[in-house]
Amino acid sequence: MTSPLARHRPLPRRTRRLLANGLMWAGTTLCAAAALVPLGFLLYYVAAQGLPAINLAFFTHLPAPVGEPGGGMANAIVGTLILIGLASLLGLPVGILGGIYLAEFGGNRLGGAIRFSADVLSGVPSIVIGIFVYALVVVPMHRFSALAGGVALGIMMIPTVMRTSEELIRLVPTSLREAALALGATHPRTVFKVVLLAARAGVITGVLLAIARIAGETAPLLFTAFGSGLWSTQLDQPIASLPVQVFTYAISPYQDWQAQAWAGALVLVTIVLILSAAARYATRGRMRTVI
Amino acid sequence: MPSDSLSPRSHQTAPADKFVVRGLSFYYGRFQALRGINLAIRERQITALIGPSGCGKTTFLRALNRMNDVIDGARTEGAVLLDSEDIYQPHVDVVALRRRVGMVFQRPNPFPMSVFDNIAFGPRIHGLARGDELDALVERSLRRAALWEEVKDKLRDSALSLSGGQQQRLCIARLLAVDPDVVLMDEPCSALDPISTLRIEELMDELRESYTIVIVTHNMQQAARVSRETGFFLGGELIEFGPSERIFTHPRDRRTEAYITGRFG
Repeated sequence: MTSPLARHRPLPRRTRRLLANGLMWAGTTLCAAAALVPLGFLLYYVAAQGLPAINLAFFTHLPAPVGEPGGGMANAIVGTLILIGLASLLGLPVGILGGIYLAEFGGNRLGGAIRFSADVLSGVPSIVIGIFVYALVVVPMHRFSALAGGVALGIMMIPTVMRTSEELIRLVPTSLREAALALGATHPRTVFKVVLLAARAGVITGVLLAIARIAGETAPLLFTAFGSGLWSTQLDQPIASLPVQVFTYAISPYQDWQAQAWAGALVLVTIVLILSAAARYATRGRMRTVI
Repeated sequence: MPSDSLSPRSHQTAPADKFVVRGLSFYYGRFQALRGINLAIRERQITALIGPSGCGKTTFLRALNRMNDVIDGARTEGAVLLDSEDIYQPHVDVVALRRRVGMVFQRPNPFPMSVFDNIAFGPRIHGLARGDELDALVERSLRRAALWEEVKDKLRDSALSLSGGQQQRLCIARLLAVDPDVVLMDEPCSALDPISTLRIEELMDELRESYTIVIVTHNMQQAARVSRETGFFLGGELIEFGPSERIFTHPRDRRTEAYITGRFG
C-alpha cells in the first residue's frame, strides 16, 4: 500500500529535509568557527606585536632603566614560575584533598557548605582576594612578598581544582571502587590507588587549567607580590611577575617599554598554551581512563 | 593483616558448611530486600542462586562479604557465620573479611592500569609478595585463571585493551592472587559472549576443588551445569534450596517450578 503523502509530494519532503539539514550544518559550523575567530586574532595580534621585541636578552636580562635600550624580563619570567610554584604548593593539596573529601564524604551538610563556599570563592573578583591577602599576609609581615603573591594565587586555584577533582572522582564508576574494596583494600587505599588513578587524567587537566588561569592574573599580585625591577628569588621579598610587568610597561609612556609589554604578553600566552597542550598530553595514550 | 577473629584459612578438617546464614534480613532504607534467609553453603563446591530480577539474590551475595555496608541507609539483621564466626559482629575487620571472601562482578571491572599491576594490586596492598616472588605470584594467578597464555606478552599493556571475556578472567585472576577462601560471583557471564561464558564455566569447574564458590546467575542452564546446590529466591525470600539436580528436575515448590519452566520471571 502506498502512503498518500508519498504519492502527493515525495520530493519536496526530502528536499526540505536536506535543506534543513544543510542549513543547520552550516549554522553550527559557522558558530563553532566564530568562537575560534577571537582566539585566532588574539594569537595573531599578540604574536605580531610581541615577536619583534623578543630576543635572547628578553629572556636573560633584567629590565633596563628608562631611556636605556635593551633589557629583558628574565626576572619576571622566573618570578611568575616561582609564584605558580608557591600557589600550587597551597592550592593543589587543599584543592585535590578537598575534592576527595567532597566526592567521598561530602553528602552531608558540611559538604554542602564547602561546595557552596568554593562556588562563592570562585566568583570573588581577584582583586578582592588580593586585598584579603594584603591584610592577611602583607600587613603582618610589613612588606610585599613572593609568599603573599603565592598565597593569593593559591587561594584562587582552590575552588577550581576542588570542584573539578570532585566531579571527576564522582565519575569513577562504583564498580571500580567495589573491585578494590572486594579485594580487601581499605577506603583510603581504594581512593588513592584506584579512584584517583582512574580520575587522574581529569584531575591533571583541572590542575593545569587552574594554573593556566592564575598564570595571567594581575590584580591579586598588585598588592601582594607587588613587582620588582631586580632579581629576586627570595620568598619574603617582593617579586616580579609577567602580568604585573606587562601591566606596568603597557601603561608607561615609553615606546620600547610598550614593545616589551607585547613581548611579555606573548610569553605569557605561550606559557598558557604550553600548559594547555600539556593537559592534552597528560591525558593521551593507551592507558586510557574510564572517563 | 588477618584479625584475631578472622584467621586465614582454617586447617581443621573441613566442616562441611562454609557459611551458615541465620534469619538474615536486609533493608535499603524502608524497603526490605531480604526476609529472614536461612541457608547453609557448603565448602569447596559451587552453589548457585537463581531468581527473577529484584528477588534479592545479588543483595544476599553481597551480604556474604559485607559489600552492602557501602550503601547508605542499609541495615542488616540476623547472622552470617563464616567458619562459625558471625561476620556481622562489630569487632569483625571488614577488610580482612573481604580478603577471605572475594567477589567477581557482573561487568568486568579491571583497574585502569597494566595487566600486571591489576593482578599485583591485592598482593601489594596486603604485603604478600614483592620482586621475583610477586612476578611468580602474578604468573601463577594468571595461569589458574587460564589467562596466562593469552596475556604473557602483554603484561605491561593496559588491562582495558583486553577483550571482555579476558577482562573477566583477569578479574578472577586478580582475586585469586590474594588467595581467598570464598569466591562470590555476581552474574559473571552476563556481559560475555557464549564462548567466553564457556571458558569462565570451565574455569569455575577447576576452581571448585580449592574454593567455595557462590554464583548468582540468570541463566538456569548455567546454574544446572555448574552448581552442586541451588537456591531459588523470590521477593526477598529463599523459596527453595537443595541439590541442583533435584531443584531443576523435581522442584518441591510450585513457584520454583513455575520459574525454572519459564512461566514467570
